[in-house]
Amino acid sequence: MASPHDLQFQAIKAGYDHVTSWDGSPLNKQTNEFEEAAELLSADPGASTLSMSNPLAAAGDGEDVKLDLSEDEEGQEESSELLGGQKPAGGFWTFEYYQSFFDVDTMQVLDRVKGSVMPLPGRNFIKHHLRSNPDLYGPFWICVTLVFSVAISGNLSTFLSEMGNPSFHYRPQFHRVTVAAAVIFMYAWLVPVALWGFLSWRQGSERQLGGYSFLETVCVYGYSLFIYIPTSVSLTNGRQERAAWLLSLTGARNASTLLLTSRSVLSNQCVG
Amino acid sequence: MATGAEEEANRPFAGLSDVSISEDIPVEGDISVPVGPSARRGGDDEFSTLDEPVKETVLRDLRAVGKKFVHVLYPKRSSALLRDWDLWGPLLLCVTLALLLQGGAADSDYQGGPQFAEVFVIVWFGSIIITLNSKLLGGTISFFQSLCVLGYCILPLTAAMAVCRIVLVAGSGAVSFAVRLAVVTASFGWSTFASTAFLADSQPANRKALVVYPVFLFYFVIGWMVLTFSPSQ
Repeated sequence: MASPHDLQFQAIKAGYDHVTSWDGSPLNKQTNEFEEAAELLSADPGASTLSMSNPLAAAGDGEDVKLDLSEDEEGQEESSELLGGQKPAGGFWTFEYYQSFFDVDTMQVLDRVKGSVMPLPGRNFIKHHLRSNPDLYGPFWICVTLVFSVAISGNLSTFLSEMGNPSFHYRPQFHRVTVAAAVIFMYAWLVPVALWGFLSWRQGSERQLGGYSFLETVCVYGYSLFIYIPTSVSLTNGRQERAAWLLSLTGARNASTLLLTSRSVLSNQCVG
Repeated sequence: MATGAEEEANRPFAGLSDVSISEDIPVEGDISVPVGPSARRGGDDEFSTLDEPVKETVLRDLRAVGKKFVHVLYPKRSSALLRDWDLWGPLLLCVTLALLLQGGAADSDYQGGPQFAEVFVIVWFGSIIITLNSKLLGGTISFFQSLCVLGYCILPLTAAMAVCRIVLVAGSGAVSFAVRLAVVTASFGWSTFASTAFLADSQPANRKALVVYPVFLFYFVIGWMVLTFSPSQ
């Protein structure tokens, strides 16, 4: 079966067969190069066209904005179609659409968590670890773990600080869980929404290749919260306050470095 | 009337009223049709269970629930929990646990333990979220089967709660705390082990840990609620 590229190559080769270069030598070298190029092209005929049309497709996707604020449960994401053309699976009412957000393995999640704990200044978390496969598993379960670790360690620290007090009666203080859940989930979801909205507004209506999708922003914020889990656990012992403050400052430094290294690429684009 | 009958036949979906949906029509998707005794009640002509005494009906379901309790206490690779799932057991256990967690901290301000509704919400919404997580990661277990397993595996923690209340009657010092800690830790490990014995096989190998961790967190939180229960003075 002759593809259009094959026919093109045949025509060109037929045209070149009798032509010689300026010093009289036949243009075999060029036809050989043509042959290699045509072979590569026929092997993968869609290769050349895909890279050219991708930014247009992504720009086309960026035109229709749909935000679905589903309020089933706390962890449900505000699903939008602005994924930068990465996850074309189904509409937002199908199960496969949400399944595409959880397409990670154990080692991938652990690798992303390690990358968030030790952010190297030269590395962009999104480009190096996410690699255009942002997931929602990490952010969601890190938030849930953080909620419970904050509530439990707060409870423990109250208990330990009042241990010597004979009039103190221990209470589980369960309302901490609800307060912590509200605060942490709002931080993990509303701040990325605000940031992404602001950046989209700055970039205008056209979608650049390097622009970050909403999902990637949420992913970065979610993984950056991981460092606070050991921080909250270590703050239970009130006597070692200095170590505890050091650890929480380390946590803040790690989280902000993570976000800043991701943002440096964005700020370059915003200026340009 | 003839015209009426014609109209009846020409109406769209005319024959649909004849379709009975009580038989075992294979459904699409992962949810399996329950093969429990309740499903057989309507369509079985030989043993019509409409005439049996109510005690018999109730006892049959109770026996099914009790059999599953035994399966949880001795977790082997058996599919009884998965095949004949029911949600009576989880409901019973959840209500028992929530009732046992009441009665602590008699002053009902927010400094106290979890309210009845909070326990319910944590158990049921926790199970639903873990089930959704398992399905989103590509698990082959159905929704209600997973709810059934997670609910039944609360049994060791409910037993630990009962033991803790008995121990707390005796005293609330350091010794009783050590005993309660040991009991709750053992039952937490038992619950997690039992549920992963049923759930972990439904996942591809490279995602098992991703599914087991939320289960671990779920039983850890319930264990924490059991351990930190303090009686009213």
